Amino acid sequence: MSHDTMDLTLHVWRQKSSKDSGGFVTYVEEARGISEHMSFLEMLDVVNEKLIEKNEDPIAFDHDCREGICGMCGLMINGIAHGPDQTTTCQLHMRVFKEQGITDITIEPWRAKAFPVIKDLVVDRNAFEMIIQAGGYISVSTGSAPDANSLPIPKENADKAMDGASCIGCGACVAACPNASAMLFTSAKIGHLGLLPQGQVERDDRVLRMVNKMDEVGFGGCTNIGECSAVCPKEIGLEFIARMNRDLIRASLAKGDSKKP
Amino acid sequence: MAVETKDKVGVRRTTEYTAVTLESQVPAGPIEKRWDEHRFKMKLVNPANKRKYTVIVVGSGLAGGAAAATMGELGYNVKCFCYQDSPRRAHSIAAQGGINAAKNYRNDGDSIYRLFYDTVKGGDFRSRESNVYRLAQVSVDIIDQCVAQGVPFAREYGGLLDNRSFGGAQVSRTFYARGQTGQQLLLGAYQSLSRQIAAGKVEMHTRSEMIDLIVIDGQARGIVTRDMLTGKIESHLADAVVLGTGGYGNVFYLSTNAKGCNTTAIWRAHRRGAFFANPCFTQIHPTCIPAAGDYQSKLTLMSESLRNDGRIWVPRKQGDKRRASEIPEGERDYYLEERYPSFGNLVPRDVASRNAKYVCDEGRGVGDTGLGVYLDFADAIKRLGKQAIFERYGNLFDMYARITGEDPYEVPMRIYPAIHYTMGGLWVDYNLMSTIPGLFVIGEANFSDHGANRLGASALMQGLADGYFILPYTIGNYLAQAKLPKVSTDHPACREVEVEVETRMKRLLSINGKRSVDSFHRELGDIMWNNCGMSRNEAGLKQALKRIPEIRSEFWENVRVLGKNEELNQSLEKASRVADFMELAELLCLDALERRESCGGHFREESQIDGEAKRDDENFSYAAAWEYSGNVSRPNLHKEPLIFEYVIPSQRSYK
Ligand SMILES: Cc1cc2nc3c(=O)[nH]c(=O)nc-3n(C[C@H](O)[C@H](O)[C@H](O)COP(=O)(O)OP(=O)(O)OC[C@H]3O[C@@H](n4cnc5c(N)ncnc54)[C@H](O)[C@@H]3O)c2cc1C
Ligand code: FES
Repeated sequence: MSHDTMDLTLHVWRQKSSKDSGGFVTYVEEARGISEHMSFLEMLDVVNEKLIEKNEDPIAFDHDCREGICGMCGLMINGIAHGPDQTTTCQLHMRVFKEQGITDITIEPWRAKAFPVIKDLVVDRNAFEMIIQAGGYISVSTGSAPDANSLPIPKENADKAMDGASCIGCGACVAACPNASAMLFTSAKIGHLGLLPQGQVERDDRVLRMVNKMDEVGFGGCTNIGECSAVCPKEIGLEFIARMNRDLIRASLAKGDSKKP
Repeated sequence: MAVETKDKVGVRRTTEYTAVTLESQVPAGPIEKRWDEHRFKMKLVNPANKRKYTVIVVGSGLAGGAAAATMGELGYNVKCFCYQDSPRRAHSIAAQGGINAAKNYRNDGDSIYRLFYDTVKGGDFRSRESNVYRLAQVSVDIIDQCVAQGVPFAREYGGLLDNRSFGGAQVSRTFYARGQTGQQLLLGAYQSLSRQIAAGKVEMHTRSEMIDLIVIDGQARGIVTRDMLTGKIESHLADAVVLGTGGYGNVFYLSTNAKGCNTTAIWRAHRRGAFFANPCFTQIHPTCIPAAGDYQSKLTLMSESLRNDGRIWVPRKQGDKRRASEIPEGERDYYLEERYPSFGNLVPRDVASRNAKYVCDEGRGVGDTGLGVYLDFADAIKRLGKQAIFERYGNLFDMYARITGEDPYEVPMRIYPAIHYTMGGLWVDYNLMSTIPGLFVIGEANFSDHGANRLGASALMQGLADGYFILPYTIGNYLAQAKLPKVSTDHPACREVEVEVETRMKRLLSINGKRSVDSFHRELGDIMWNNCGMSRNEAGLKQALKRIPEIRSEFWENVRVLGKNEELNQSLEKASRVADFMELAELLCLDALERRESCGGHFREESQIDGEAKRDDENFSYAAAWEYSGNVSRPNLHKEPLIFEYVIPSQRSYK
């Protein structure tokens, strides 16, 4: 392991609050001598320590687990959600930039109408919560469950459900989509639950309610561009969107026929 | 008793609490019947009356999320709090390996009794038998509940649930969902919680940090929070308060915990009268990726399962800087295989960790920092083929390569132990209630059922047991009997605590010193790791106990926190958490000093036989419950004796 360092030029979106209009600030001195073994967020930690030393406000960014699983982190890095490695921002390491000879890095928050900026690189993703609350669950109360093995599930379905369930809710799919659509996020949950026998009872209702909510909270429509899946750190595939569209048609027809509200 | 004292940092205790004795409330009778009978005897809250009660749940992890959802379902009004932007991001999400349950689906001899036995023994006889038995009992319900919620556990081709053996257990009782078990269990709880939020039964407060506890007339009646977006400091009142705020491993700065994991909620509750039990029982995980440089911000765990096929070694020679491939077989020291021929690389976590430390202390560590040992898959690849290794550990190998830039198929991995879990926490009785009436503590935040050492895949089990199946009953018993006079946020106690919190924030912002919060946190972490980490001795602990108050006073004079309270201010959040770690650190070392025996994760160098841990049941078979005295440096020790009626204490041996 060598201790190769790099000197970077960072263009970072700084915005004091949701009311402030914000703009880019360039950092050169603070971004000198960055070790290639640092994670992207450790690089920002180092920059922040230098800013604090100079009595300047550190850059605000969201993060928590730094293991690629909580979904809290998420930055637009040179125009790509989570940067050039199709992983989470916290798992992106500086050696990727070194290898590609990139020293000029632009860092922005997720940009989407449904994700307003709170400060600097921090956005409000509450719209995702509302989609899940609209139906992203199976209605089972504690204590009422039958024995877990009373319901065998074909391994293939369980595995596919797990693919959808692995979504971390980071929002990269929305940020990458030119329409700021939340189709991949929503369809991953609908697919996860819809692929399991436990999820069948509420399947029609679920898709109708979640898709309605998705539109209502300000996400755009899907025009099959596929950028969402291309940046998804958990590699959730577009087939979930196709599945959701089929479920939606089925549910709309069923509901239309039975004239339920 | 009215308590009003001042200590160095100028925080005043204003609320009253009644004098307490340690009553564990453990029911009598045969152990298999205790929980059932206790449940039968508990008072119930009439279904129509439940909506008249409000319960605060701080934390939305497995413990808090499960508890909040379940109490919402039961009809209580719940207010739930977390510091992340969504309850789905609690650190439970990071658990990889799996969750234990005594389902005996494998027909391999598992039973509730065996899980109970293993857990008491694994905890090195420092837990309460009755609690552990109950945990093993409800473990089976957890799996049913999770499957009903749609948790996609791994399955066999026949469609039934798959199990594996984990952490050296002799039966296969671990359920898992790829390497993301914690994530899937948490999403199950989160989805149930979301359903209750939509139903209006749970009011969710995200980006909202509990900074203090409100105690009125001796009962926990609320919390004071800081809204992390606006800085608003606010009281929330309820009939009972539940803390499910996770572990305090970040007192060591570097750990496998998330960056935001903190001790503030339980520490502030401790200062208000809740006893803190066994703080020195911390668990170190042997297979983490070593720190790369002084900018290191956290450590990443690699699943323990790697030790099934990887061989651990270091060079025999000190300071051998050759590449691994250049070191011939005869010059390699497979120290675990040599010292522990029957368990080899699969010795328990604490033994593996300690031995790694010893070889590194001898100057035989590998990597640039010398703080690492090899975990070598070359033999396994030769024996099984690269494909088989890829299938078993592909994800982990990718993660390792991403973080270190090295390809573990070609060169051995480097690993080093890291702080991973904290068995200590707030003392609770059998009902999970702390020494403050009305304050309940669940999950990793309580002093838990794991004694001095937690077995793999048992924390998820405990968090969900507490949250789904234990707390929702026991809290009803409390509410049905407690006299709970109406209180409003105009109550002077609320205003007093709010003012204290406001003053604390103002103070942190006005010091305007020279050092960043992180620099203090790192310094504290170094002391803790060096003097109170994998191996502890009297001299080292005394040195730490001298240094910690010094750093703490420097912190309050020289920390630099920029910006203001009335905004998203991440430095201020960190500063407030580090201030509490600075106090907890001292208690942790005091507890470690007091416990002059080696047990579980606590290794006292003075107490060993042939280099192995020596437990001292005669003198230390108790849970140490510390009471805040008004002076952080002089807490009062209370002891809850531990009685073993079923599992007779024996010495662990892995030779
Ligand atoms: C990397 C890793 C791997 C693990 N793997 C396993 C495994 O395979 N099997 C196993 O059994 N265990 C495992 N564990 C342990 C296990 O994951 C944890 O012990 C358990 O999930 C803790 O759950 P919890 O609900 O108690 O706390 P957490 O999940 O940590 O939740 C804490 C909650 O409290 C909130 N909170 C904290 N402080 C405050 C505050 N001051 N104000 C407001 N809210 C607050 C947080 O926002 C969060 O919602 C692992 C742990 C780690 C770190
Ligand atoms: S910080 Fe958790 S996914 Fe990046």
